[in-house]
Amino acid sequence: MAATGAPGQHIPGTMTTAAWGVVASLIAGTLLFIVVAAKAQDAPMAAHSWLFALAFAAGALAIGQRHFNALERGPAAVDAGASYNDGVVKAGVIATLFWGIAGFLVGVVIAFQLAFPALNLDTAFVNFGRLRPVHTSAVIFAFGGNALIATSFYVVQRTSRARLAGDIAPWFVFWGYQLFIVVAATGYLMGVTQSKEYAEPEWYADIWLTIVWVVYLLVFLATLARRREPHIYVANWFYLAFIVTIAMLHIGNNLAIPETLTSSKSYALFPGVQDALIQWWYGHNAVGFFLTAGFLGMMYYFIPKRAERPVYSYRLSIIHFWSLIFLYIWAGPHHLHFTALPDWAQTLGMTFSIMLWMPSWGGMINGLMTLSGAWDKLRTDPVIRMLVVSVAFYGMSTFEGPVMSIKAVNSLSHYTDWTVGHVHSGALGWVGFVSFGAVYCLVPWLWKRERLYSLALVSWHFWIATLGIVLYITSMWVSGILQGLMWRAYDAQGFLEYSFVETVEAMHPFYVIRALGGVLFLTGALIMVYNCWMTAKGRVRESEPLPVPVRAAAQPAE
Amino acid sequence: MSDSPKKEIDDVTGVETTGHEWDGIRELDNPMPKWWLYTFYACIVWSFAYWVVMPAWPYLTTEGWTYTKGVIGYDQREIVARELGAVAEGRADEMKQIATLTLEDVAADAALMEVALAAGKAAFGDNCAPCHGSGAQGSWGFPNLNDDVWLWGGTLEDIRTTLAHGIRWEAVSDTRQNVMMAYGRDGILTRREVTDVAEFVLALSGRDHDADAATRGAETFGEQCVTCHGADGEGNRELGAPNLTDAVWLYGGDRASIIESVSNGRSGVMPAWGERLDASTINALTLYVHSLGGGE
Repeated sequence: MAATGAPGQHIPGTMTTAAWGVVASLIAGTLLFIVVAAKAQDAPMAAHSWLFALAFAAGALAIGQRHFNALERGPAAVDAGASYNDGVVKAGVIATLFWGIAGFLVGVVIAFQLAFPALNLDTAFVNFGRLRPVHTSAVIFAFGGNALIATSFYVVQRTSRARLAGDIAPWFVFWGYQLFIVVAATGYLMGVTQSKEYAEPEWYADIWLTIVWVVYLLVFLATLARRREPHIYVANWFYLAFIVTIAMLHIGNNLAIPETLTSSKSYALFPGVQDALIQWWYGHNAVGFFLTAGFLGMMYYFIPKRAERPVYSYRLSIIHFWSLIFLYIWAGPHHLHFTALPDWAQTLGMTFSIMLWMPSWGGMINGLMTLSGAWDKLRTDPVIRMLVVSVAFYGMSTFEGPVMSIKAVNSLSHYTDWTVGHVHSGALGWVGFVSFGAVYCLVPWLWKRERLYSLALVSWHFWIATLGIVLYITSMWVSGILQGLMWRAYDAQGFLEYSFVETVEAMHPFYVIRALGGVLFLTGALIMVYNCWMTAKGRVRESEPLPVPVRAAAQPAE
Repeated sequence: MSDSPKKEIDDVTGVETTGHEWDGIRELDNPMPKWWLYTFYACIVWSFAYWVVMPAWPYLTTEGWTYTKGVIGYDQREIVARELGAVAEGRADEMKQIATLTLEDVAADAALMEVALAAGKAAFGDNCAPCHGSGAQGSWGFPNLNDDVWLWGGTLEDIRTTLAHGIRWEAVSDTRQNVMMAYGRDGILTRREVTDVAEFVLALSGRDHDADAATRGAETFGEQCVTCHGADGEGNRELGAPNLTDAVWLYGGDRASIIESVSNGRSGVMPAWGERLDASTINALTLYVHSLGGGE
């Protein structure tokens, strides 16, 4: 894209009109943020302005350096356009692993803080209230987001037989997204938050993410547009739905008026219960389109690819895609049962959640049944095992979700640890495992290695992390139901049986078990990082039995 | 791979593919599972039925926005108001008597006491437990309410006054007010005098102390401390001055803690709950705290 100059003369990587435009914008941005930093009304705004200014200046310098490197290398060295752009995918895989470890680690820390409050250390910077959004944003947006960006860039190229559109643009998406993550996380530590769950970053970070996200959408669409396949593969439908809807949700929920343009504080545009409804329209669809649709895109490529089997049912994929997209967007009000939200909105939130059950399960069926004829690989390939178990967790949590949206159930489960357990069966089991599976596939493919350093270590990762998940969700079920029952217990005179602090005391053993589950999950992820590192270095573990390639043992059709 | 679909038969399952292929991935042309489809239909049918029964869809009329009310007339706010009302009504007589009768009269009536203690326990858990502990056992700086040591008095009336007006709670004028001064920090006593007084206080409760220093401290004590703590150090409930001869210490009774108390003073605060809780709840709390073991 954007090649200028005499035909045949352009050297890939040297400056183009578009590149000059990017450099000019980055320099303008640097100057803008230096001005904002000088006039900033609060310390976090000043710090973040300097961060933006430095990042933009570094970006401009990097493009310049790229130009001179390309000149030095000459025209023959790189044949861009003929090959896939895998550099940005590699960077995305590394970022996925880095933020995964960071996010899981903070999760373990805050789990221990809940079990042992002294670990808040009596300081604002690392208390639970500030670290919790660091954890949620790190795992959802940093770990999950990088996994989605990396795999979507990989999958859309392969399934379109086209190089990723844009030259600087994919890298802008990658580095712009990392900048957003760093601004968001450091902001939380400094106490910058707009107090919207999963949308905590303040207005300036939101505007930056909007710019990055629109470029992401354009790169994805332009790559699809230049595809050399007659049809768009199902994985790309899901990735596209994820990118488009997240853009809409992000803008809708972050409509706010900054106190001033040099202040880190803003005020939401909508008041009261309207704001709450917009927030949970966003919040639930962050689950629906980020953590479900996006990762279904991942599942639809990596499961058939790894299992070397056709997708089970094309018709099912069409119907469950469109029904999922149409129904999910209505389900948000179930987060606001028994609140100031009007009865009718609660009814709609609940019924659409029930109707969503089968569309969600369509993805599970297509994922599991794609293994037809290759079930033997569950024994021989721990990566397939990880991918398949992720789909099983997906099925479990998309059944649990509609159940919890039923008002009679919700009156017990709402605000309790049951919700936390539910989220984590989806997050650890589904999102985590499907991403790990994709990473285990991608690392040998991207670094051009014959296979992973060690499949035995994948097995260790699988079992340790699975045990961790089981500890996590079972302890939260017990804790949540106990908590809900204690909250609603009344004595004969109609007074509450337990004070709140008594219910907190009762949670203690489950908080300890949960934290141990988190430690196991983190341990598994560290094993994965080691395995990927050794694979990228080109090492192969000698004592490994080679995976059995023989298909003779394949089961007959069921 | 060509642009026109080439349908093939998958040799493992015997099912036809759609003929599409992407990066080696093909798709089988399986039908949607029947159980899946019918369960999906059932969920949709159930939802439509639910919309008929319950408040569901908003619509615009000439009067403005309204919504379908549903055939059973469900209204969440009305249900909550009714249930809470029923509970309040069920104990309304008792709560009224607890608010209006004298505390002694309530205490003498077993039926009233049952309600008062239940109300007091619930109110204690929500309002008092964060400082005094869920078992009223207290902690550093927050008195234990189970023992018979009282700073401001342990009769029913004393406890009610403390509860209603608080201690050093500046928002109300008739709060219980008295200050343990910062004798060291404010330069009223020299460093040496502070440590001497501390030795004397250790002597008062019969613990290891430096006898010479305690003798010197006794003199300073007589000049500075007796006004509140009394000549024999047994305290004064009128002024909220603790008894220094017992073994009960709110801020610690070791040498370092005593020096800290004398040097920097102590001014613990308790809110005036009369501002936030109604008369029946204050009375119920009074009776509950009185019943914990130390009531006089």
